[in-house]
Amino acid sequence: MPDPVLQVTDLVKRFGDFAAVNGVSFEIGKGQILGLLGANGAGKTTVINMMLGLITPSEGRIQVFGKDLAAHRIEILRRMNFCSTYTQLPGNLLVSQNLKVFGLLYRVPDLERRIDEVLELLEISHLKKRVSGHLSAGESTRLNLCKALLNRPELLLLDEPTASLDPDIADKVRKAVKRVREEDGATMLYTSHNMRDVEEVCDQVIFMHKGKILHFGTPAEIVAHFQEKSLEDVFIRVARGGDLETAKLVD
Amino acid sequence: MNPHVIQALVLRYLFLYTRTPVRMVELLFWPLVHLLVWGYLTVFLQKNTGDSFPYAITFLIGAVILWDVLFRAQQGVAIFFLEDVWSRNLLNIFAAPVTTFDYLGATYVAGLLRAAVTSTILGVLSVILYSFNVLELRWYLVPFVLNLLVFGWALGMISTALIVRWGPAAETLAWATPFFIQPFAAVFYPVDGLPVVMQAFSKALPCSYIFEGMRDVLKDGDLPMRDLVIASGLNVVYLAAAGVLFVSVLKTARDKGLLTKFAAQ
Repeated sequence: MPDPVLQVTDLVKRFGDFAAVNGVSFEIGKGQILGLLGANGAGKTTVINMMLGLITPSEGRIQVFGKDLAAHRIEILRRMNFCSTYTQLPGNLLVSQNLKVFGLLYRVPDLERRIDEVLELLEISHLKKRVSGHLSAGESTRLNLCKALLNRPELLLLDEPTASLDPDIADKVRKAVKRVREEDGATMLYTSHNMRDVEEVCDQVIFMHKGKILHFGTPAEIVAHFQEKSLEDVFIRVARGGDLETAKLVD
Repeated sequence: MNPHVIQALVLRYLFLYTRTPVRMVELLFWPLVHLLVWGYLTVFLQKNTGDSFPYAITFLIGAVILWDVLFRAQQGVAIFFLEDVWSRNLLNIFAAPVTTFDYLGATYVAGLLRAAVTSTILGVLSVILYSFNVLELRWYLVPFVLNLLVFGWALGMISTALIVRWGPAAETLAWATPFFIQPFAAVFYPVDGLPVVMQAFSKALPCSYIFEGMRDVLKDGDLPMRDLVIASGLNVVYLAAAGVLFVSVLKTARDKGLLTKFAAQ
């Protein structure tokens, strides 16, 4: 594996007696896209929120770019970014105003030009002067992604970036993600409930279930391991908790 | 504090107001209502009490203007946070390279801007409508305004900390907190007009010394420096305590996942 950009070691997050994340360890090499899969409540979003410093781990360690996240949070956040279906940009502001604010927050050089570049990449240049709150769901998702790409992040966390998108827009988003990886060499952690996304975009996949890692491998390896026909069948089997004893928990 | 980050956060706040003119109504409507009500009440009192109430008109109108400085500074901090909650932008901000001090710095600037806009307009209107010039307070106006700004920021941090801790159900604290203390703040009447028990509480509030001082300046043209020193000292204590509370609540919020719960609501 190339030099790890992200190393997660024995990560635990407990809310009272409930362990939302329970002993998770993995790493992502430079330029790789790692899919984080699991049913609702598996712990994916909690893992991402811990990587963003929004939730403090109960135990374990997160290292990004070889530095401890807890000790170098701001320095690390400047080099990464995220896009989540659960967040929006202020609806009253114009698209260009929202991107300008976040460009300044991330201290993006040559900001006006960069704003034009990301809008063009996501094919929404024509929306630059539109009010953000008037965008459709697909346009709004692409605007969120523009914000996430503004600072050319070395590590990009994408939490269900294609949720609620029609197949055409979802395809555009996947293509943009792959292009960013190819052109900028960005490393990505990608969560999705859309198995087509995962098969098309991710190099490797982690399956989570009830806060633990169930299996780790390429999409093809995962399918073979569970002896199913497709990643979607694996997902359904894991989500329904069926026959989990046959699946080896990662030590 | 990083001035670039503060600039970006304040710019977003300015964009919100320039993009949504109706927000200016919120910013100006209540201060205008207060000025008109208290202004005409004091005109009435002056006409009917004559020489026995010679400086009534000045201190009541001055009180409205100075109270608004405190209130707007508090609002600047508390509403700043809520704007991100309402627009589901909270996680974007807290997952960006923004330190707690950058964030607080931006809220202070927002509070300062809000106070500057409303007090300027109220100041001009009070000259036009009531022939009262707030600049009659001379150089004392500077420490008065600074002390009220700082106390407003401290109250704003306390309101925001409680909202983060208790969730959206506590949003109303953003508006209510200044009014919890107003009866004891000596805004419209002196501290010794309160029952003895309440006077003790009043003397623990920095703003009560400022409003008392304003009346002294308007009445005698002079201010006991001791009061100004006490107000400033209390403000240092309040600001530090509010800062400790805010940082501590943010740490609890990160431990308990409150920020992400907030964003999901």
